[in-house]
Amino acid sequence: MNHSTSTAGIVSGRLKSDALVENFDDLHAPFSKHEALVASDRCYFCHDAPCMTACPTSIDIPLFIRQISTGTAEASAKTIFSQNILGGMCARVCPTETLCEEVCVREVSEGKPVEIGRLQRFATDRLMSQNIHPFVRADNTDKKIAVIGSGPAGLACAHKLATYGHDVTIFEARTKGGGLNEFGIATYKSINDFAQKELDWLLSIGGIKVEYGMAIGENISLSQVQSDYDAVFIGMGLSGVNALGCEGENMDNVEDAVTFISDLRQTEDLSEVQVGRNIVVIGGGMTAVDAAVQSKLLGAQNVSLVYRRGKENMSASVYEQELATSKGVRIIYNAQPLKVLANGSGLDVEFGYTETISGKLEQTGEKFNINADQVFKAIGQNLNGASETLVLSGGKIQIDENGRTSVPNVWAGGDCATGGDDLTVTAVAEGRDAAININTMLLS
Amino acid sequence: MADLTSNFVGIKSPNPFWLASAPPTDKEYNVRRAFEAGWGGVVWKTLGSEGPPVVNVNGPRYGVVHGADRRVLGLNNIELITDRDLYKNLDEIKRVKIDYPDRAIIVSLMVPCEEEAWKAILPLVEDTGADGIELNFGCPHGMAERGMGAAVGQVPEYIEMVTRWCKQYYSKPVIVKLTPNITDVRQPAAAAQAGGADAVSLINTINSIISVDLDVMAPNPTIDGKGTHGGYCGPAVKPIAMNMVAEIARDPETSGLPISGIGGITNWRDAAEYMVLGCGNVQVCTAAMTYGFKIVEEMISGLSQWMDEKGHTSIDDFVGRAVPNVTDWQYLNLNYVSKAYINQDDCINCGRCYAACEDTSHQAIAMTKDREFSVIDSECVACNLCVEVCPVENCITMVQQKPGMIDARTNKVVEKEHGDWTTHPNNPSVFAAE
Repeated sequence: MNHSTSTAGIVSGRLKSDALVENFDDLHAPFSKHEALVASDRCYFCHDAPCMTACPTSIDIPLFIRQISTGTAEASAKTIFSQNILGGMCARVCPTETLCEEVCVREVSEGKPVEIGRLQRFATDRLMSQNIHPFVRADNTDKKIAVIGSGPAGLACAHKLATYGHDVTIFEARTKGGGLNEFGIATYKSINDFAQKELDWLLSIGGIKVEYGMAIGENISLSQVQSDYDAVFIGMGLSGVNALGCEGENMDNVEDAVTFISDLRQTEDLSEVQVGRNIVVIGGGMTAVDAAVQSKLLGAQNVSLVYRRGKENMSASVYEQELATSKGVRIIYNAQPLKVLANGSGLDVEFGYTETISGKLEQTGEKFNINADQVFKAIGQNLNGASETLVLSGGKIQIDENGRTSVPNVWAGGDCATGGDDLTVTAVAEGRDAAININTMLLS
Repeated sequence: MADLTSNFVGIKSPNPFWLASAPPTDKEYNVRRAFEAGWGGVVWKTLGSEGPPVVNVNGPRYGVVHGADRRVLGLNNIELITDRDLYKNLDEIKRVKIDYPDRAIIVSLMVPCEEEAWKAILPLVEDTGADGIELNFGCPHGMAERGMGAAVGQVPEYIEMVTRWCKQYYSKPVIVKLTPNITDVRQPAAAAQAGGADAVSLINTINSIISVDLDVMAPNPTIDGKGTHGGYCGPAVKPIAMNMVAEIARDPETSGLPISGIGGITNWRDAAEYMVLGCGNVQVCTAAMTYGFKIVEEMISGLSQWMDEKGHTSIDDFVGRAVPNVTDWQYLNLNYVSKAYINQDDCINCGRCYAACEDTSHQAIAMTKDREFSVIDSECVACNLCVEVCPVENCITMVQQKPGMIDARTNKVVEKEHGDWTTHPNNPSVFAAE
């Protein structure tokens, strides 16, 4: 298998195994103890700290950093986990540059924030590597709650409910838990099977049963779980992928970016993953960036990420955009796919340039083509398989400030529900807060 | 989880962290915030006699020695005792105590060295329901010029006399707060004990000029072109305070006298260090003034974690545990030999160890052209300077030379038996005593 970055078509093994291993290693190496102490020393322990306000799970960041600086990383981890039980994953995948670190007073004043994300990883890794679970279940309440989905929202909800002493059953459609943590995140952001380790560690609280291969609307119905359980939490995510809505999008090798990312995460051997020489990714979010960067890391020669609006509108942060360009991804702004055409054994994507006039996206009339072996669609996901009894809003399950849906005793959170950004950390916050509300309801 | 409950001379608090008598405890508003933040107790800012309250300067009161990144290392202050009405303070103390029965409230007092003055104020304090009093014999600025504060604390006879009055006219615990501005802290501590004190607390602030304004040609903080000495506190004073604590804890005359430790306590580790040196609890001021009341959360979580790791279930398990290991120089084992060792994997090749050793110590570090630094065992006296100036923690360590090994510096076999100055052949008094 003597393939290289310039081998035509879609092939595996464009790079040597050691290069692949290096490319897919930790994006940010973990801090050594010394590095963590130096980094923690920069925190000013601000009053009513902006970082804490910016965190969707409201982690007490100044406190946990101070606990690192005084040599008690375990206590630090407890501070983190008490607000965010998936603090380990969030330390890896949170776009800190648009959350806590963006508002860090040292970022604002010096352009160099305290490295909150990496410090959080240092503390959480320390406790988890000792296999210490810092919470104890309350006495059993004999209340039963069903959680649909084992992604960040479902896990956060289930864990919180378990601490109250309730019995939780998670229904997971796939054969493996973790949701987007397991299937939807770039490989280099969560190496060494961290999502599964975190899942096992989280479940060690006890009182949570996971039933795999159970999809709502297929193997089980919402009305059934409603009658079998005291409360239901839906954290089913968005399993549908938005269509481009242009000619030729059903051709071979026009694929969903989420599938590419998921397959890559599940592979045992990166040298067996196929990737085209020329790749076009369409979209402007983290999924688009993750697909584009990983195509490049697998050895694709030309990777173009095409987004229909300008740089400032892209939902992937400037940091993510710069990460992509630093890996050799070319980002083309203000261009929309018009059609996908066959071109020999490959494809051609025809794009039209766009401009925004009075807030409206319009075609300029100018067109260009990009040759591609593979096209990855990453223009968003949609809700798939939610019960018709649930009131939707903007294509998502409508919830109130306590996470309650339109159906009595049914809560929802995470990407499938309205409110908040589609981020791991937001899903954790919503799952947790719904659990608190469920508990209040069950005890009243 | 470890039990942090504290019982200091019969005064109970949910943790051993009290706020010291100082600006943070001057009024009800602050004290309530402190209790909400989790502090175990407060020593209310010093009350004076009935009558027109003292006045404070209207210019700056504080000055600071900063470390890198403007870290507050030492703080100097010229604020006096409370400048609020006595009865207003007493009413507030009473109200707060009712609302926080599980927290400790101690009232700090400073009135003239006359029996009548103490006799007058003590029943008023008794009536507040506070848990005890602390006698401010320590403030070195302002009040000392009027014969109070440190002026009393520097005269053991006065300490004993006033303490005795307090024990006579007040039913609850009496803590005597000591000044460090003396030569031997054991004497005022013994005087307090002789007067019947339930405990001593130390240290109060140290006489200090924090810095000088070179344009105005006056000490900082400068008030209309003049400055005065203040009281120094904060992390910088911790080593001085801990020595004084240990001196009292290990002196046969004063050992067993309960001590409340004060001086630069900023985190759980500082507190633990004071406590193993014999303090039943600790008092904090500068750290709160620098970071706010919330820092107590780190003290609580850190001390809990450490206690759990060490298997200490209660405070009493470790209070005073290091006292037997504080000794005089003459009893240190001269047969204990160690050598510095530089871990090449951790070394960042800065050369600070070399500069320190070559210029100011024993020329015991070798440097190659490639900037590799290593210890010359035949020159190393184990002074520890390289360890302390190295920017990388644990890159340089002191390695014990086991008995039986040859010390490369002296070419002598390292002896197994203890041998100190009291038996050393170079000690002229060894033979003189025989």
